[in-house]
Amino acid sequence: MFIGKLNGHFRLMLTGAALSVMALSAPALAVTPADTLVQAWAIDDTITLDPAESFELSPAEFLGNAYDMLVRLDINDTTKVRPGVAESWTVSDDGLTYTFKLKPGLKFASGNPITAEDVAWSFERVVKLDKSPAFIVTQFGLTKDNVTEKAKAVDASTFVFTVDKSYAPSFVLNCLTATVGAVMDKKLVLEHVAPVTPTDDYKFDNDFGNGWLKTGYAGSGPFKIRDWRANEILVLERNDNYYGEKAALARVIYRHVKESATQRLMLESGDVDVARNLEPGDLEAISKNADLATTSAPKGTMYYISLNQKNENLAKPEVRQALKYLVDYDAIGSTLIKGIGEIRQTYQPKGVLGALDSDPFKFDVAKAKELLEKAGLKDGFSITMDVRNTQPVTGIAEAFQQTAGQAGVKVEIIPGDGKQTLTKYRARNHDMYIGQWGMDYWDPNSNAETFTSNPNNADDGTVKTLAWRNAWDVPELTEKTKAALLERDNDKRAAMYKELQQAALDTSPFVLVFQQTEVAGLRGNVKNYKLGPNFDSNFVAPVTKD
Amino acid sequence: MPARRANKRASAILKAVASFAVIVATTYLGLLAVTFFIGRVVPIDPVLAIVGDRAPAHVVERTREEMGFNLPYYQQFFLYVKGVLQGDFGTSVLTTNPVMADIRRVFPATMELATVGTIIGAALGIPLGVLAAVKRGSLADQIVRIVGLVGYSVPIFWLGLLALLVFYARLGWTAGPGRIDVVFEYTFTPITGFYLLDAVLNRDWAAFKDIFAHIILPASLLGYFSLAYISRMTRSFMLNELSQEYIVAARAKGLSETRIIWGHALRNAAVPLVTVIALSYAGLLEGSVLTETVFAWPGLGLYITNSLQNADMNAVLGGTIIIGSVFIAINLLSDLLYRLLDPRTRIR
Repeated sequence: MFIGKLNGHFRLMLTGAALSVMALSAPALAVTPADTLVQAWAIDDTITLDPAESFELSPAEFLGNAYDMLVRLDINDTTKVRPGVAESWTVSDDGLTYTFKLKPGLKFASGNPITAEDVAWSFERVVKLDKSPAFIVTQFGLTKDNVTEKAKAVDASTFVFTVDKSYAPSFVLNCLTATVGAVMDKKLVLEHVAPVTPTDDYKFDNDFGNGWLKTGYAGSGPFKIRDWRANEILVLERNDNYYGEKAALARVIYRHVKESATQRLMLESGDVDVARNLEPGDLEAISKNADLATTSAPKGTMYYISLNQKNENLAKPEVRQALKYLVDYDAIGSTLIKGIGEIRQTYQPKGVLGALDSDPFKFDVAKAKELLEKAGLKDGFSITMDVRNTQPVTGIAEAFQQTAGQAGVKVEIIPGDGKQTLTKYRARNHDMYIGQWGMDYWDPNSNAETFTSNPNNADDGTVKTLAWRNAWDVPELTEKTKAALLERDNDKRAAMYKELQQAALDTSPFVLVFQQTEVAGLRGNVKNYKLGPNFDSNFVAPVTKD
Repeated sequence: MPARRANKRASAILKAVASFAVIVATTYLGLLAVTFFIGRVVPIDPVLAIVGDRAPAHVVERTREEMGFNLPYYQQFFLYVKGVLQGDFGTSVLTTNPVMADIRRVFPATMELATVGTIIGAALGIPLGVLAAVKRGSLADQIVRIVGLVGYSVPIFWLGLLALLVFYARLGWTAGPGRIDVVFEYTFTPITGFYLLDAVLNRDWAAFKDIFAHIILPASLLGYFSLAYISRMTRSFMLNELSQEYIVAARAKGLSETRIIWGHALRNAAVPLVTVIALSYAGLLEGSVLTETVFAWPGLGLYITNSLQNADMNAVLGGTIIIGSVFIAINLLSDLLYRLLDPRTRIR
């Protein structure tokens, strides 16, 4: 080789450089500590850890494990709730007063006792801070002025919650399972409040610990949040003061890794125990690896194509139905979303109360052409579609472009960044849009309200539901959605939601495509790892490692 | 009259400093104005990033007002520049931290990677370039050319994954993505943010070894890219020097070939080479988004890209100022090195 011909200087420099590169990088066999679960997950949507403010997916999981609520979702039967901090509860005959009895002798992670006063104050701070998820509790008629009356500690172990209408009890209880209902350690948070100057928008002289809780922790769940460095790492540590069964592992560490292929390599090498953002290709490779396993659970996020009713073609009822026949559901289900989603044409995710399991549409060009002809569009029409440039939506949009073309509907795809297409969509400036919607809280009202109610279709309407975003004016369905909230008989309530979903199948401008499945790749020695129906019920406390 | 000469010299220096300050100030202002207005015409609603898609309308409106997004652009710009002059770069809407606190966190990660990368690139690139020039047209020259060409043209994303697959997953020679293993989470406390340096300061050699094992792969990758550039430039500078008459003269005097190449030709080629290395270093300091994505490296490139996609303009502007400052500082530094290396440019 040519190195042999070089003079001494060369050889010295080259070997020196090569040696310095290799010297310290000895093979390090990657094994995570036995008492620690390490997960690779894209956690860049976490912007705060304050339950009164947080409203994104990854923090929901952290908060769901680190905080406790009055009641929790029963992951074995997701149409029911189970006790959390509350031991039992009663609803008054008029349906307005909910009385919760707390479990005795509970403690926060800090060692402070959990009292009804903490619960009441947690509600007060949510309502007064009035951040994004606050509506989940303020929709029961709570205001900044009445919250101390409506959410009140009667004695140390009794909390009384008064709502403004006689709502279905399932609705009220379901909402209280959301992370915004987390019970906060009042004494601890009060040590960390920062003074603020009151303004017209915010009339209080302190921040209720909002600043500190962005990274701080004041809860009572099976885990404590020890550390969070944005876009880098989040560390959960076992809470030894937890009243229930203690977490099996001493800590759970989330490492921010965005790329699916990178996650797969780390899982294969044993640097992480769980990989959370796997794309179909990587998922398949992992499922074939004997040392690894996969697990999955349907999540409350629906993917849909929506048709803006401001477009005169899309506003025709036959066109709306025709487009539902122009999606090749089978092909999409078996390729583009294989393992990460399941075809679903109704807007309520599987598992929620009143979910209708009905997929009446099949890819059928002849049927679609017939409907288009009825609408007076025998030769089809041209239309634009805003698509954000991430998978699987890009792939689905392209597939739809191709299948719709077979019936003469010429779809022009306008690609864009996520926030960019969303901005356009929220301003109702799109024709067609492909998007996803995650439930705000685990109750059928969440999706019914957004898909089939639109209280004010004016451009300056204040309740900007998905129906509003697509200018779908449906006063009747809006009323019906409202009525379902007040139906106190659970079976009747479920039936009403089924009717709403049927109406959406028949007339809505929403072409529902699939329900998201969350998947995770696991090392073979990870046991009892179970994903829940939503992110705040991805409980990691039972997980063990062999 | 020595006093007058000293005066004259002092005023010349003062003038130079003043004109430099004016150039820097206008550069910054232009940089800010362009970035600011581009950021504002981007069709993304910045409030979305803060409150999310599902927030009720009144929360959206209140946040818009709190952030001052309802003011006219020129007023927003004025307020921003006023803040910057007082040392307040605003708050990132995405992380809710002061922008400078964020950058203090992400910039050392990028700088450490870029520094190690540039050291590798220069340590290998210069000898390879010299080799290619000396053995012009030989097999060695061809190999160096191909190595450089591959480094230039292969997508870093792909090469990064391939490197991970080979050196991390298959061979186990290096550690995987990230800066440090999770086992050090409880024992290793960063001081400066430059982990290698922190490990030395803490005398934590186990951590040092782990950090080195983590940085070596992405740094080698970045180093390979600067190597490609540095070796090409070294080659052409050296060819230029080797054809000069003083080389002929040196040979005629009977100097050894080693002395001629390293003592004479490279010494003279070093002057423009400093600029090449400095610029490639500055390029790496901007942060490489793709490398940082593949290697889960929490650096500046990822931070700025993520901010840009969410119309988090305070963060983007803060990042722009940092990158601008880096370029200005590195230009200054290479000017100073010039003076050191080239006697003709020294102030008399």
